[in-house]
Amino acid sequence: MSAHPLLAVSEVETFYGRIQALRGVSLDVHQGEIVTLIGANGAGKSTLMMTICGSPQARSGRVLYDGQDITTFPTHQIMHMGIAQSPEGRRIFGRMTVMENLMIGASVADQKFFDEDLERAFALFPRLKDRRDQRGGTLSGGEQQMLAIARALMARPRLLLLDEPSLGLAPLVVKQIFGAIGELNRADGLTVFLVEQNAYHALKLAHRGYVMVNGQITMSGTGTELLARDEIRAAYLEGGAH
Amino acid sequence: MEYFVQQLINGVTLGSIYGLIAIGYTMVYGIVGMINFAHGDIFMVGAFVSLIAITALGLTASTGLGLTIIALILVLIFAMLIASVYGWTVERIAYRPLRGSFRLAPLITAIGMSIVLQNYVQIAQGARVKPLQPIIQDGYTIMRRVDEQGEFVVQISNMQIFIILLTTALMVTFSMIIAKTPLGRAQRACEQDRKMAALSGINVDRTISLTFVMGAALAAVAGLMFLLYYGVIDFFIGFVAGVKAFTAAVLGGIGSLPGAMLGGLVIGLIETFWSAYFSIEYKDVAAFAMLALVLIFLPQGLLGKPEVEKV
Ligand SMILES: Nc1ncnc2c1ncn2[C@@H]1O[C@H](COP(=O)(O)OP(=O)(O)OP(=O)(O)O)[C@@H](O)[C@H]1O
Ligand SMILES: [Mg+2]
Repeated sequence: MSAHPLLAVSEVETFYGRIQALRGVSLDVHQGEIVTLIGANGAGKSTLMMTICGSPQARSGRVLYDGQDITTFPTHQIMHMGIAQSPEGRRIFGRMTVMENLMIGASVADQKFFDEDLERAFALFPRLKDRRDQRGGTLSGGEQQMLAIARALMARPRLLLLDEPSLGLAPLVVKQIFGAIGELNRADGLTVFLVEQNAYHALKLAHRGYVMVNGQITMSGTGTELLARDEIRAAYLEGGAH
Repeated sequence: MEYFVQQLINGVTLGSIYGLIAIGYTMVYGIVGMINFAHGDIFMVGAFVSLIAITALGLTASTGLGLTIIALILVLIFAMLIASVYGWTVERIAYRPLRGSFRLAPLITAIGMSIVLQNYVQIAQGARVKPLQPIIQDGYTIMRRVDEQGEFVVQISNMQIFIILLTTALMVTFSMIIAKTPLGRAQRACEQDRKMAALSGINVDRTISLTFVMGAALAAVAGLMFLLYYGVIDFFIGFVAGVKAFTAAVLGGIGSLPGAMLGGLVIGLIETFWSAYFSIEYKDVAAFAMLALVLIFLPQGLLGKPEVEKV
């Protein structure tokens, strides 16, 4: 573990107009870790993901990336520093082909890696290879989710932010994606910060986890620790996959 | 028949000019969802800058062919540069600060910018029409018929060839930029989802600025063509040509690039044929009646985007 965390969020407050969505959030993600954030609907998880990327910017508190204060950096500049996000709702460019979506994702990366990265993305999601010339908007929901993740990977990030990557995917595909995330983390040392509804899978996969309630972090610990806690089981694992 | 072919050539020429202006409307609409009402005036500025440059270079019909070509290229580049600066500035001072404000706000400043540009040119260049002696002359007779009613000839002038070829070349280049280059992809990404574009590392503000610059540069080309073709300009040409090019953009399907080109051609042809066969006084009425009809019966335009995406 390096001296400072790769991502350090401290006392962040984010507002939408007068509505406060984050109420002093602090957390760390270290180089090489998989960290997950779980919480109920409306807790502020997606807001935190977007605040890290500067859209919206935190009204107070700080976001440090690799030791540098990026709180007020414009979004596109942050994305050039090695952060990539697969956002909530997938946000595929619907009138562009799968290939074009991937090219957009790769626009912050060194173009000499493009072919290699494309190969890797297609190996991860072979379905995308078959549909490379199809318009993103006509893909199925699951295929769009795969494309969103692949697009983020094309940026060759150091820190990958995933907002509910398992949403709308068949259990088998979820397993595959989580397997792939674990693999990227082990093999390439990719650091992952992951928001999940699927708390069981996420906590199993992650080294550490945080729980967010109403814009605040209420609990944190290793994945196994959190999985063992009764309040977590009751609130987030009820009826989930065991 | 000869008369028809002649009108066809004239109509395509006029349509080329409208098409080039229409691209600016359609691209800006695509990326920021607003009608840039000052765009016609950027075209007018382009025409005036061209006139100033031509006068400064001392270009006349008696200039040799080689020199004329070099001089026109210089004039073209100069006009495109200056118009780009205008387009960029208009966006920067009148639209960008209002991004995210209510929908009508940029529309109102757009009309304001249009008035500012017209008045500025009126004061700086005078209100009277400015003539320019023909520079590109001659042409080819492509059809000729003599019968008891007289002689009919169909001619295509060098000027018309110049306009049609340059327009075609620009449109091909431009379509390639949009379809194949990183800038074109960035523009389309901003068009579809600005937030995601930013999340992909695209500088949205810069991309929008470049879109205005590209539109303005094409409008300047149209301005030079207009000046050379008609030989007179005044501070008001941007209004009429602008509204027609806007009609062309709507007709083709606002937001669609091929639509703007097609719409420009159709408007140019309608206007020319109407003048030729019915009445020249009502040519503008014909063009605007077309706008009304399109808005009523074909609001998507000829090549408008069908919205089929999943959300
Ligand atoms: N653009 C917005 N404008 C106003 N309020 C917003 C906006 N986006 C989110 N909110 C509010 O902020 C709060 C946090 O939303 P957020 O999307 O971050 O929750 P979440 O934890 O990601 O929820 P979910 O699990 O449903 O995705 C919610 O109360 C939501 O209504
Ligand atoms: Mg969310």
